[in-house]
Amino acid sequence: MKNTKFTYTKMTCLLGFIFTILVSCERELSDEAVFATFPNTAEIFTDSPVGLGTDFYFPYIGSKATAWTVDNEVSYEGTASMRFDVPNANDPDGNYAGAIFRVDGEGSGRDLSGFDALTFWAKASQAVTIGEVGFGEDFGENKYVTTRTNIDLTTNWVKYTIPIPDPSKLIQERGLLRYSAGGIGPVGSEVGYTFWIDEVKFEKLGTVAQPQPVILSGQDVEQQSFNGSQIDLAASGLTQTFNTNGRNVTVNTAPAYFTFTSSEPSVASVDENGLVTVNSQGTASITAVLAGVEAKGSLKVTSNGSLQPAPTPTLPESNVISIFSDAYTNIPVDFYNGNFQGQGTTGGVASLGNDNILLYNNFDQDFGFVTTQFVNPTVNLTSQNRIHFDLYIQESIDSGDQLTVELVNAGSDGVIEPFVDNGGGLSIPSSELTSGTWMSFDLSLDNFTNPTGGNNFSGGIANRTHMGSITFVSGLTLSSIIVDNIYFYTE
Amino acid sequence: MTKKHTYKIKELFISVLLIVSFFVISSCETNETQTVATFTELVMADEFDTDGAPNSTIWGYDIGTGQNGWGNNELQYYTDRTENVTVQNGVLIITAKQEQFEQSSYTSARLLTKGKFEQTYGRFEARIRLPYGQGIWPAFWLLGDDSNGTEVWPQIGEIDIMEYLGNEPSKIFGTVHGPGYSAGESISKSYILDNDRFDTGFHIFGIEWGPDYINFYVDDVLYNQITPEDVPGEWVFNQGPFYIILNVAVGGELPGAPNAETVFPQTMLVDYVRVYNRSN
Repeated sequence: MKNTKFTYTKMTCLLGFIFTILVSCERELSDEAVFATFPNTAEIFTDSPVGLGTDFYFPYIGSKATAWTVDNEVSYEGTASMRFDVPNANDPDGNYAGAIFRVDGEGSGRDLSGFDALTFWAKASQAVTIGEVGFGEDFGENKYVTTRTNIDLTTNWVKYTIPIPDPSKLIQERGLLRYSAGGIGPVGSEVGYTFWIDEVKFEKLGTVAQPQPVILSGQDVEQQSFNGSQIDLAASGLTQTFNTNGRNVTVNTAPAYFTFTSSEPSVASVDENGLVTVNSQGTASITAVLAGVEAKGSLKVTSNGSLQPAPTPTLPESNVISIFSDAYTNIPVDFYNGNFQGQGTTGGVASLGNDNILLYNNFDQDFGFVTTQFVNPTVNLTSQNRIHFDLYIQESIDSGDQLTVELVNAGSDGVIEPFVDNGGGLSIPSSELTSGTWMSFDLSLDNFTNPTGGNNFSGGIANRTHMGSITFVSGLTLSSIIVDNIYFYTE
Repeated sequence: MTKKHTYKIKELFISVLLIVSFFVISSCETNETQTVATFTELVMADEFDTDGAPNSTIWGYDIGTGQNGWGNNELQYYTDRTENVTVQNGVLIITAKQEQFEQSSYTSARLLTKGKFEQTYGRFEARIRLPYGQGIWPAFWLLGDDSNGTEVWPQIGEIDIMEYLGNEPSKIFGTVHGPGYSAGESISKSYILDNDRFDTGFHIFGIEWGPDYINFYVDDVLYNQITPEDVPGEWVFNQGPFYIILNVAVGGELPGAPNAETVFPQTMLVDYVRVYNRSN
């Protein structure tokens, strides 16, 4: 360089400047040290687990407990890596791999507040998408669970970053790593594979910036409700998104990272878990903030007061086979919400004073259905020709909304099997739906002729000797429904 | 650069950082201590201390879309509206918005000192916090006067003190364009911040430009020098004069279009623009 020269004064200035910064850094650290009394060790695994103690690996129920090993043959750096053998679906020891890595010892933990991300290098035996990797799960409060989903691994080592939604919260974290990965292929016949991760540690990258927290998928949701009703904001997904090296990375976050606020707590209050409780007639807006940044998305909930009970059934008990009603003795029911894999619908039996109802939320999430099953034993509906149920919809009805009811005959084995058992569905169009009032439906079983369960069941229900389930399907439109008095009867 | 260390022990922090700092300084240079700038005679400064429209004795505007999106198929329509350019709280704010305006899908602003402040040579410096996102393309640059249209680019010369693409928020680049070395053949060098980004805080971008050399610096790091030996054509930077341009482009050939992740509006904040001459 031709135009540079020695200038000692500049150099001194620069050093002075650096020193000034350091002094201020020092002060910050000291302040923080008052709260942070736990080690701030960054590494989780380098060539062996770091600082986790002896009892730190806890597999999820149903997963293959031996899926994780230390591989001394393969490593990104050093001599060893973490190896995960994802089992085949038919593995008797568990049909997926998943676990938490938790610092050993009650009351232990790490201070992660000085970091901004969990990072690791990873590769797999074939290009594969693994379901979940994250941290913050300790099988205790699980307060700060953070998960990055659907991570694409290649057969080459690639560095992955999982941003911390708000590092200041993590002053004593035991759950340093969590993962869950299933095999590849159709449900029920997945094939396993192997993936490796190495140099697993928390880092202060400095390039994790521009936070964009989101609740309710970023939508401004308006919902009609009634006193006593509850709406779980966490169930519909809370996320934090950071721009890291120019690309967005989104993680699913626990509600504890957020601060929720209601504009009118007397109308609808919200707790630290994002559970909204409707208290009185009126309108309230629920918003959230994460680390000083207002989340995109809000809930405007309007209560019309108390929910009136559904009309009391009048048919004699002898004429009725009841699935769910306070007016009759119900047959044995296995569940009122199957919570099948991939299904987003939450809720089930709820109480309104003396009246029990079926309250389903997140009815438009994922596949948008909820199943009530009664196969122990199945029920013979050969001599019944109609089904009755009462339906209440809080939200406004849009032209595309619909509700489909599906009935499946489980067959003599009493097991509901796709592509084996017969079933039939019937759709109720938006023109027959009304918001904010109980609707009573009495439908002929002969009209349940549509294929159901995503075409898994068809053929209708002319044969009703071993009926086993009833499913309500939203068509991904309605976000919540209330159902009461489900029974079959003879006209 | 060795800033990737993590500091585990507080007591070591100071000494480690000092060593690191020394290393940063010496790594830019083989065996000499570096001085990023020596010109100290202030000849023009806008500190942006008066709220409202920028000082009209210093700044004019390019309005519209130019030819073919200012020669780069850029997507924005430049305006001088307050929504796109204003001074507030001690900073110049250039805002790129997503909105339908005069057949364009984005608006932004481009300020220039053409006919108001022009000179050859000097130390041109600005302190800026940059926007971010795919398709966002801000710049602080100099263009040679076209002598009332009798000379055309690239013969007039262009010195890009700072260009930046919003999808690479830790990197800026400094470039010269001239005859035989323009556009894709321009002479350029990038500077990457370690463990930091240009969109989360203010940084100083500058050149010190004299006969037969242009030095490029960011903050306290001199990261490039371009001389006539470095360009494959005529050195057009010993003539002039040149004027200053500040702009935020959206889309165009270099950055590509914004995508679903690009957040609008985006703002470039300029704390000051200063020009110094050699004092002796």
